[in-house]
Amino acid sequence: MTRIGRAFKRLKKDGGKAFIPYIMAGDPSLETTKETVLMLEQCGADIVELGVPFSDPLADGPTIQRAAERALKNNVTLRKVIAFVKDIRSSTQIPLILMTYFNPVFKYGSERFIRDASDAGVDGLIIPDLPPDEAADFIKNARKANLDTIFLLAPTSTEDRIRIVAKVSRGFLYYVSITGTTGSGLLFDGSMERLISEIKGCTDTPVAVGFGVSTPEDAAAVAKVADGVIVGSAIVKRLHETPDTLKDYVISLRQAIR
Amino acid sequence: MPALKELEEAYLLSQKDREFQRELVALRKTYIGRPTSLYFAKRLTERLGGAKIYLKREDLAHTGAHKINNAVGQVLLAKKMGKKRVIAETGAGQHGVATATGAALLGLECEIYMGSEDMKRQSLNVFRMRLLGAKVTEVATGSKTLKDAINDALRDWTTNVRSTHYVLGTVFGPHPFPVMVRDYQSVIGREAKKQILEAEGRLPDCLIACVGGGSNAMGLFYEFLNDDVKMIGVEAGGKGIESGEHAARFAGGSIGVFQGCKSYLLQDDDGNVLGTHSVSAGLDYASIGPEHPFLRDTGRVEYSYATDDEALNAFELLSKTEGILPALESAHAVAEVAKRAPEFASDKIIVVNLSGRGDKDVQHVARIKGIEL
Repeated sequence: MTRIGRAFKRLKKDGGKAFIPYIMAGDPSLETTKETVLMLEQCGADIVELGVPFSDPLADGPTIQRAAERALKNNVTLRKVIAFVKDIRSSTQIPLILMTYFNPVFKYGSERFIRDASDAGVDGLIIPDLPPDEAADFIKNARKANLDTIFLLAPTSTEDRIRIVAKVSRGFLYYVSITGTTGSGLLFDGSMERLISEIKGCTDTPVAVGFGVSTPEDAAAVAKVADGVIVGSAIVKRLHETPDTLKDYVISLRQAIR
Repeated sequence: MPALKELEEAYLLSQKDREFQRELVALRKTYIGRPTSLYFAKRLTERLGGAKIYLKREDLAHTGAHKINNAVGQVLLAKKMGKKRVIAETGAGQHGVATATGAALLGLECEIYMGSEDMKRQSLNVFRMRLLGAKVTEVATGSKTLKDAINDALRDWTTNVRSTHYVLGTVFGPHPFPVMVRDYQSVIGREAKKQILEAEGRLPDCLIACVGGGSNAMGLFYEFLNDDVKMIGVEAGGKGIESGEHAARFAGGSIGVFQGCKSYLLQDDDGNVLGTHSVSAGLDYASIGPEHPFLRDTGRVEYSYATDDEALNAFELLSKTEGILPALESAHAVAEVAKRAPEFASDKIIVVNLSGRGDKDVQHVARIKGIEL
């Protein structure tokens, strides 16, 4: 079991919900990213998702696109993010997930990437443009290296799809609360509750919700129906525009996710 | 993924649906103006002094480029699928115009994504799309060209997938797009084969087409793949391969996975996609439709490139010798003909896909030449 699995196990025992903040590695610098990860842990984050900058982040909205552009300008690459994780492991044991697109992984070499990421202390991987249908070898290798493969489900996912994705997801399932990109508004039309209960019917793997959560109220509402709440764009935006307000905001999210 | 499955199923059904096919054939004939002619370019042939050169006149299709073949097919399919809205990316603006045209024809809402760099280069086409009732949305992220427009179109599609069909303009992206677009474009090669047999009583010796995403080339080549015919695809050499400012994926790229398919890609050592350059917006793209690498690696098709300067020279050459202004994209194919034709004996035949007309490029060419209009 990875650190992610242990975190959810502990939460389940305590009746808590996971708070999973996302930040873009290298925006504005890897030093800041390190300070931010440690701050997030100190404020009660259960798992941290680290974005790997990519030139064409298809699943991301404008906020994270810009963050990726800034990080790329600082020459932050997949290689450097892996080295960053290795470095930060001497300071924290918080579960860490890399969210990266597939081409940097492909260029790095899938097997080498899995080995290096695992050795560095990465716990899980989210690759939004790698559908499980194309990932049999990748999943097998990640499993051997004790890396959780976290796949995405959307409001449009069919029953077949849910079954396929549930079967290959480890750590947790990432339910994308909206059809669209990161940072869009959250939708309260009952579809989330419906889909999550459908997912729960297929698997015991925890379900975390992301893509549209920006206020503590959103987070509280999502925490009622899911096992974890992922907050990305709203944090990335604050870190860039008003970094002084980030800590209080993170604390307010933590308090809302119960 | 469910959207792609839905599309694949609808597409396969439409291929067997007689009514759909009848409608498509009728639109090709009465609306697009097919078959487009296969024209013997006598003066160009004499000037170059080698093989007989025929031009497949896709520039004469409605809206002035081959893009309409695919756009009308996909918009018709979208309508059958019950979609209310279509979106598309565009580089040179030709695919945007074609999609806006198809949407006007069939009464669907339409939004076109276009990089701000391309909007500057192709302002005339931006206005054309708006006249056709489409919303044109500027994409100011990344390199501000075609690849970024595709990113935003894909983002829109994932957001509005229930109501919207994404009319991808080339033989790229996730399955079934490369297959579907090739099939809609393969009408070019079917006609060309029939026409050359009528004109010359035999198959051509060589086919030449420019390759951006690669749909006009696939459209011409596909029908001839099992024949003894040489084929050449021409990429954008920009300012030369050594300069790094080009869009020659085979000459300067490596294998990558991008925007839903595995193909050759201009990328750095860390897998980030590199900026590209070409004088023609339609070829200014970092990757290439995945069937082209297959055809290249199996040795079936040869790929070369033409630089900006060569394309501009070919643009003028064809204008002056034949009275035909080619699109700057197609001018890359003409540039290759200018190099190759003299190597052939005078009884050999080359068919060039003149994928679009050059009216859209007139302002751009004037700017390059420093002429104020």
